[in-house]
Amino acid sequence: MIGFAAERFSAGIANLDVPMGIGGSDMYRQQILDHYKNPRNYGEIEDATFTHVGENPMCGDTIEMDVVLDDDEETIEAIAFQGDGCAISQASASMLSKRLEGMTIEELETMDRDDVIDMLGVDISPMRVKCAVLAEKVAQDGAEIYFGEKDLEETTTEDDDPE
Amino acid sequence: MTVSEPGALDVASIREDFPVLDREFDGTPLVYLDNAATTQTPQQVIDAISEYYETYNANVHRGLHQLSQEASIAYEEAHDTVAEFVGAAGREELIFTGNTTESENLVAYAWGLNELGPGDEVVLTEMEHHASLVTWQQIAKKTGATVRYIRVTEDGHLDLDHAKKLIGSDTKLVSVLHVSNTLGTINPVADLADLAHAHDALIFVDGAQAVPNRPVDVEAIDADFYAFSGHKMAGPTGIGALYGKQAILEAMEPFNYGGDMITKVTFDDATWNDLPWKFEAGTPKIAQGIALAEAVEYLDDIGMEAIARHENELAQYTLDRLAEFDDIETFGPPAGTERGGLVSFNLGTVHAHDLSSILNDYAVAIRAGDHCTQPLHDKLGVAATARASFYIYNTREEIDVLIDAMDDARELFA
Ligand SMILES: Cc1ncc(COP(=O)(O)O)c(C=O)c1O
Repeated sequence: MIGFAAERFSAGIANLDVPMGIGGSDMYRQQILDHYKNPRNYGEIEDATFTHVGENPMCGDTIEMDVVLDDDEETIEAIAFQGDGCAISQASASMLSKRLEGMTIEELETMDRDDVIDMLGVDISPMRVKCAVLAEKVAQDGAEIYFGEKDLEETTTEDDDPE
Repeated sequence: MTVSEPGALDVASIREDFPVLDREFDGTPLVYLDNAATTQTPQQVIDAISEYYETYNANVHRGLHQLSQEASIAYEEAHDTVAEFVGAAGREELIFTGNTTESENLVAYAWGLNELGPGDEVVLTEMEHHASLVTWQQIAKKTGATVRYIRVTEDGHLDLDHAKKLIGSDTKLVSVLHVSNTLGTINPVADLADLAHAHDALIFVDGAQAVPNRPVDVEAIDADFYAFSGHKMAGPTGIGALYGKQAILEAMEPFNYGGDMITKVTFDDATWNDLPWKFEAGTPKIAQGIALAEAVEYLDDIGMEAIARHENELAQYTLDRLAEFDDIETFGPPAGTERGGLVSFNLGTVHAHDLSSILNDYAVAIRAGDHCTQPLHDKLGVAATARASFYIYNTREEIDVLIDAMDDARELFA
């Protein structure tokens, strides 16, 4: 998965004519800004099946997700999120929350970084991929903790911000 | 760039020395305003590195052949050049390290681990860079010492009354930034040195943001240790320096053991080499050290007084321009107070990383994040800030480009 970022980055550097296309306002197409300004499923669910929080220390993004499962605990019935941070992280959480409605836990567990980036529909610069995938990681970790497959207080995507 | 006062920098000719400044993205010229992170490299320094590898690359101190002698002399003399640049007595007081962070760790491990114990206090500031903050936190955990922080006031200065209360008989070391990489504040390091010395404590000054852009005299400050990085002062990456008073360095244990730092080795024991080599174990950073000396000469030719004026002038101009907008919050000392060449700010509720990504479209490079001062950002109540930082080749016109480009972010996020 790291390979994705590395590949994009080196492509940008090797070809000096390819300008700052990696990143920039290309990343902020209408869809992203719309979800950022009007987040869907924003809020809390009182009696959620599970709740999990995560942080991307690089941007200071935080996401908290409340997930309600059906009686068989197989399918996501409802989902809500709250958070704070950059447009990429918050729009991604909003879009993911729509995507997860009706999805099975099994499907959630097989989602990866590429699925998130496809969902966003824009090129995400390598340095910003962590912002994009925070919500997905929070949802996945939350499910794994609930089903006893993982033991974790809080999800993080990054350690330190050098310099 | 208009030359407004005698002794102002000839920015147009300086720019010609920096090949990277010719880069364009989609026909838009690069506006590089991330100099507090790392500065660009002049051709003279690039040439010094090439010349070393092309004509006299050899290990130092070991060989008796011609190349080794040339490399040894150049490498040793580089210490003298850098020592003189910061007012040190000579090479005995100037150790080449990898960067400021390594200089901090050298003192933390070689001095701190041996000298600190329960009941002892290390006094830092709330504006400290992680390089010293994290390092002393961990050394304190290992030794049982306590870390205390001098408060930062609302207007971005150190609270000196608080410093006077904190620094006392339990204080063993004060570690303080000379110039803040987040706020731009120039700290009264000589006064803090007096305060530390009055209580028999040592003072370590982090000069990573000072040596690049103002005259520094470690003896006038009366610093016991003083650290800086080559890559922030027109030099290469991979090289930094630690100044230390000779008597203190002599009394200190080595940090790293190995070749070059010894004089005599038996199966039972070893004795240590003279300063500064006692602290430079293994094959050192030869090309980088020689290139750092070249950078120092380059800066010295321009003149550090003039560079300091230029940096402050660009920072003041930026503060004035940003003040035109209601939606901009700036951090650090107010306009009119002399500062280092950087300004941190936020545009409305736009996250600094979003802002930086958008400015990137205009070929404007700024820094966005916590600038390795997370606790200070917590105190400021923001997760991240945007930071424009300047060097000898920057102009007012480039700051105008930055200000204009921010309109796009304003529109997108309106
Ligand atoms: C004030 C200050 N101290 C320390 C450092 C660390 O420098 P380096 O990363 O070169 O070790 C920096 C810059 O990153 C800095 O701005």
